[in-house]
Parts: sequence; structure tokens; C-alpha cells
Amino acid sequence: MDLDLARDMPRAGFNFDNCKRNATLLSGGFKPPKTTKTGTTIAGIIFKDGVILGADTRATEGPIVSDKNCAKIHYLASNIYCCGAGTAADTEMTTDLISSQLELHRLNTERQVPVVCANVMLKQMLFRYQGHISAALVLGGVDKYGSHIYCIHPHGSADKLPYATMGSGSLAAMSVFERRWKPDLSEEEGKLLVRDAIAAGVFNDLGSGSNIDLCVIRKDSTEYLRNYELANKKGERQLNYDFKSGSTVVLNKTIKDLDITINIRPVPMET
Amino acid sequence: MSFLSIDHFSDYKVHGAQRPDFSPYESNGGSIVAIAGDDFAVIAADTRLSSGYSIHSRTQTKLFQLSPLTVLGSTGCWCDTLSLTSLMRVRMQMYEHTHLRTMTTDAVAQMLSITMYNRRFFPYYVSNILAGIDKNGKGVVFSYDPIGHCENAKCRAGGTAGPLLQPVLDNQIQLKNMNLDEKDKPILTKERAVSVASDTFISAAERDIYTGDFVEIKIITKDGIESMTINLRKD
Amino acid sequence: MSILAYNGGCVVAMRGKDCVAIATDHRFGIQAQTISTDFKKVFNIAPRMFLGLTGLQTDILTVRDRVMFRKNLYETRENREMAPKPFSAMLSSFLYEHRFGPYFIEPVIAGLDPKTFEPFICNMDLIGCPNVPDDFVVAGTCAEQLYGMCETLWRPNLEPDDLFEVISQSMLNAFDRDAMSGWGATVYVIEKDKITERTLKTRMD
Repeated sequence: MDLDLARDMPRAGFNFDNCKRNATLLSGGFKPPKTTKTGTTIAGIIFKDGVILGADTRATEGPIVSDKNCAKIHYLASNIYCCGAGTAADTEMTTDLISSQLELHRLNTERQVPVVCANVMLKQMLFRYQGHISAALVLGGVDKYGSHIYCIHPHGSADKLPYATMGSGSLAAMSVFERRWKPDLSEEEGKLLVRDAIAAGVFNDLGSGSNIDLCVIRKDSTEYLRNYELANKKGERQLNYDFKSGSTVVLNKTIKDLDITINIRPVPMET
Repeated sequence: MSFLSIDHFSDYKVHGAQRPDFSPYESNGGSIVAIAGDDFAVIAADTRLSSGYSIHSRTQTKLFQLSPLTVLGSTGCWCDTLSLTSLMRVRMQMYEHTHLRTMTTDAVAQMLSITMYNRRFFPYYVSNILAGIDKNGKGVVFSYDPIGHCENAKCRAGGTAGPLLQPVLDNQIQLKNMNLDEKDKPILTKERAVSVASDTFISAAERDIYTGDFVEIKIITKDGIESMTINLRKD
Repeated sequence: MSILAYNGGCVVAMRGKDCVAIATDHRFGIQAQTISTDFKKVFNIAPRMFLGLTGLQTDILTVRDRVMFRKNLYETRENREMAPKPFSAMLSSFLYEHRFGPYFIEPVIAGLDPKTFEPFICNMDLIGCPNVPDDFVVAGTCAEQLYGMCETLWRPNLEPDDLFEVISQSMLNAFDRDAMSGWGATVYVIEKDKITERTLKTRMD
């Protein structure tokens, strides 16, 4: 049995072995399971010296919060970051994949990759899968051509914009941008604007919540401000819920001791 | 005779437009917890009213005081909640005028069950929990399904975060799965019931997106109803 | 009903002070009918690492065998023990490979790093989106009940014995409110120098 498994060496790329079986199972009246969605507010703007990206940190599985502090601003290159909304696994894996391709591209060309390159690679990948990879992205970065924000949709279309929002809280965030964004904002004004846009999503959209992440990309430096603001803290419980030892009835108990490996290295004597 | 519908007039069809089936029900979220003690009952509900991913109100109370000794907590489809509670109010008033006395909690519980079963085939889409003091002066809690099944319980959680809250009440109020000596068992005082109720809501607000903003707690004793509000997460 | 709830079962893992705990129920059923009550969904895959899998039983066994094969291959090639963090990355990419024809499982990983003894817990959805919190992770048919229990009972820096009480009470009360899980439970507490396995007395219904 185990030998059979050994023979089938994993191949690269997606594996469709289970598709037919799953279709049969699901045709028997079972509902397909829920995947983790980011159900997000993500946003990006161009300011005077670069771009600022922002995101909330909630991941949901239906009406239940599955991760209270997830990172939705993904690293693509030292000068390019990307916010992701949609199916959590898709945004994570897509940005990881493109990130490694960009690094190879940088090593091949021996120069910093331009933001448009990341945009083209992402949208070509998403278009190839015809919207089945549900990743909605806000891509931002700074290169020798200037500062760029791209908004990439799951089917592979992309817009180049001065300010963009995505996810379920996109309308709340966009209303803040439409009111207050203007060209050549200072960095402080820009950070406050993105913070307010994400906060609008966090408080008014149920799919978004918890904390606010920011990422500031300037011409020659990048600052990833993870948990820039802890917008929502857990309430203080009034009671102490510690249990008295022995509250749970144990039928049997086995203890397996583990060796803690100590390395004894002989040191040659000096002569 | 065949009915003529828009499908027969293809020229007038808007491309891509579809008319979805009308659904008379909507879930407006919210959760309730009720705990019955020896001579008191505690009932708590959050104050968020929402649908889909949007919040309609952050300060909508879901607790309806029906009599000086009875409070009804109701969540689910908000329009059904409103219509059901106003019908209950009318019927209780009629009872009062006819019999010249206020309905007891047990009688309200029975009437609520009947009122809901009246709509057996187009039910009120609500999750009801009734808390109060019964005719012997003891705290009681009744919980209902949407078509009027009534169950007397010691503690009960309902609404969107019901599955999250119920095991906590089983454990902390009913002391389920706890192997404790009689002397170690915590006594269910009013203060403890209120603390457990508010703590469970803090937990529910962390994980249920439809529960949050504030929790309103009503403490029912034979001397009257005390009310308090505690802050929850707003996201 | 979701296909993930076909066989029932649940797993929960929690972080304590220099220790982690992982608990599983024993039920294996076909929808509402209980078939066996000794199916543990948690596997000891390295000296200080456990993998818990909930969901469709056939996939639990397949995924366990396939990731064990990949893990053994890694350990043979690298000649060192696999730490929980790279293991979760490997499991995540394995599940994402099957993005369009997934295995119907939800994994939970709990363990200590073999070198630093840093506690690590992680869970994923069925297509491998990792979630690494610093409190607790849950999976299975009574996930909602477990979330409610854990949010109330868990606090930071629990000592191993307190952690055992908290995780046991969380699991027992959660699966008592779920028809698809229960019928006995096992809790593993993993510390630097020992692993304590306890079988709990539970309602058998």
C-alpha cells in the first residue's frame, strides 16, 4: 500500500484526480463545503512619494470568523506589494507564485522589476483560469517609471488607477476616497486617508473587521506596518474560568517521555 | 390556456436580467441568552440589526417586556418579530381587560406557543426565548422553535450565535461534564448569571459576524426589572 | 448537509505556556448512524508533532498517507526532523494542488519546534489556506460550538495541567451539543520532555 504511494511522485501544477469523484459525491445531494473567504476591505492610493496599501485582518467562513488577524497585504518584491480579497487560499497562493516568478525575473534581468510586469503576470494567470481562481487584487508599487496602483479582477481584467478599493467593504472604503483623495497627498495625510478608508470598511461591513494593516512603499524604501491600528480589542471577561484540577474525569493516562537531545561536542585541546 | 409571461416577448427582455424568486424571509441576525435562577431570571440580547454584510442598526433592542414579570427575546426575521410581538401585546391587553389581571409567565408561554402554531404553514421566522418569574416566584426560561414548540429550560441560547453560546451555558450554569464536590460547585447568584451572560456575548462577538455593538441585559425579579448595557466589538 | 459532515468528528488544538494540546473525539459514523467509536482523528507524525484531520474518512486516511510519504521523503533527503512550520507549508501546498478537486478534510496541526521547542498550532480550510493564531484552532462538525467554548475558557500562558482541563472541557461541552461528534475523547498534551495522553470519560450518546 505504502509502496504504491511511493511510486506516484507528485507532479507540478494542479491535480484534477478527485474531480470526477467529487462531482459524483456532490450530485448525491451534498452541499459543497465552504472555503475560507477574506470578505475583505482592501485599498491602495498613490501619494506624493509613492503608494500606500491598506487592508483589514478578518477571514470568514460563512458567518463565522475563522481568523481574527490574518495578513492580506502580500509581498511580491521589495518594491511591490499586493492586497488580496476573495478566496483566502487563492490570494495567498497566487501572490506567492507570482512573487517567486518576479524574483527569478529580477535575477535574470539583473534589474528591479517594474510594477507593470507584476500586473501582467497576475492578470495573465487569472485570465488563464477564467475566473475559477477567485482572487481580487489591489497591486501597488514604485519603480523607475513612478508610482502605480492596479486593480485586478478575478477574471483577469485590470485597471490602472490613482486610488482603488476591493472586497466586500470596497464601497465603504471608496466613499472615503472619493470624498478626500487628491493628487500629491503628503505621507501623513495619505496614511490617515487609507486608515480611515479601511476603518470605514471594518466598522460598516460585516465581512471585514479586526485590525488595520498598512504598507507604505516609497521610491527607495518600504515600510510594512502590520497591525498599524488595533481597531477592535476583545472585551474583558468578568469571571475567571480556570478549572479546579480533576474537574474532567480521566479514564486512563499514559505518559511518553521524550529525550531532550544534548549535543556534547569534544573541543580539541590547544597545544 | 397558457399564461403569457415575459418569456413570450423576447424583444422586451433585458439581456442578462433575471427575476429572482421572491423570498418572504430574511435573517436579520442577533443572539439571545436566558438563564433561570431560584428567584430571578436573566435575559440578554445584542443590539445589532443586520442583513447580508450590512448593519441596519447598532442600537435595536431585541428584548420585549410583555409584563412586569415577563420578557420576550426575539431574533430572526425582524419584520416577523415586530408583527409577532405586537400581536402578543394586543392579546395580553385583551386578557387583562377580560379577566382583570395580568397574565402569568406560564400563561404567556402557552399563548406564545399557540400564536406561533397558528401560522404552521407560513411560520414566523423567529427564534424566541421567554424569561420571567412564574406563579410560584421561581425564575423560568422557555425556548421555542419557529412553529411553536415550547420547551422549559434552565438556560438557553438562541439566534445566530446560539450554537456558540449554548455549550458555554451548559458548562458554566448547569455544570455539565464537571466532576466537582458539592462544596466546590459555584452557587448561581444573580451576579454570576449576569457575568456569565455578558462573558458569553464577548466570546460570541469575537466569532459571529452578526453579533456585536452592545449587549442589553435584563434582570427579572419579583420586585421588577433591572436593565443594563455592556459594550461589545463594533466591527 | 455538507460532505465534510458525512462522517462527523471534531479536533481542537490549543497553545499553552511552552506546551500545546490537541484533542479528538472517537466517533466514526455514516451520517446519523454511528459505525464505530474508536476512530481517532489525530496522528502522531513526529516526536513532538500531531496532525488532526476531520471530514470525510476516506480522505482523512488518504491525505495522512500521502503527506506522511512526502514528509518521510523530506526527512530522508534532508536527514533531519521536520518542524511543524515547514510541515504545515507542505500540507498547505499539497491541499492547494487539489484546488479544483479537493480532499474533503480540514486539518489541524499542533506541535513543538524540534530545536527551539516553540509551540505551534495551525489549521487550514480544505484547499489549504493556513491560519496560525496564538490561541486555539478548531475543526469539525461542532466547530461553532468549539469556537464559543474556546473563546470563553482560553487564556494566555496556561500551564500544561490547566491547559488539559480547558481543552477537555471545551471539547466535551461542545460535542455534547452536536449529534455528529462525541463517543469518547482523547487529549494529548505535548511538552518539551514528555507527551501525556489521556482518555476522557464522556457521554456515550
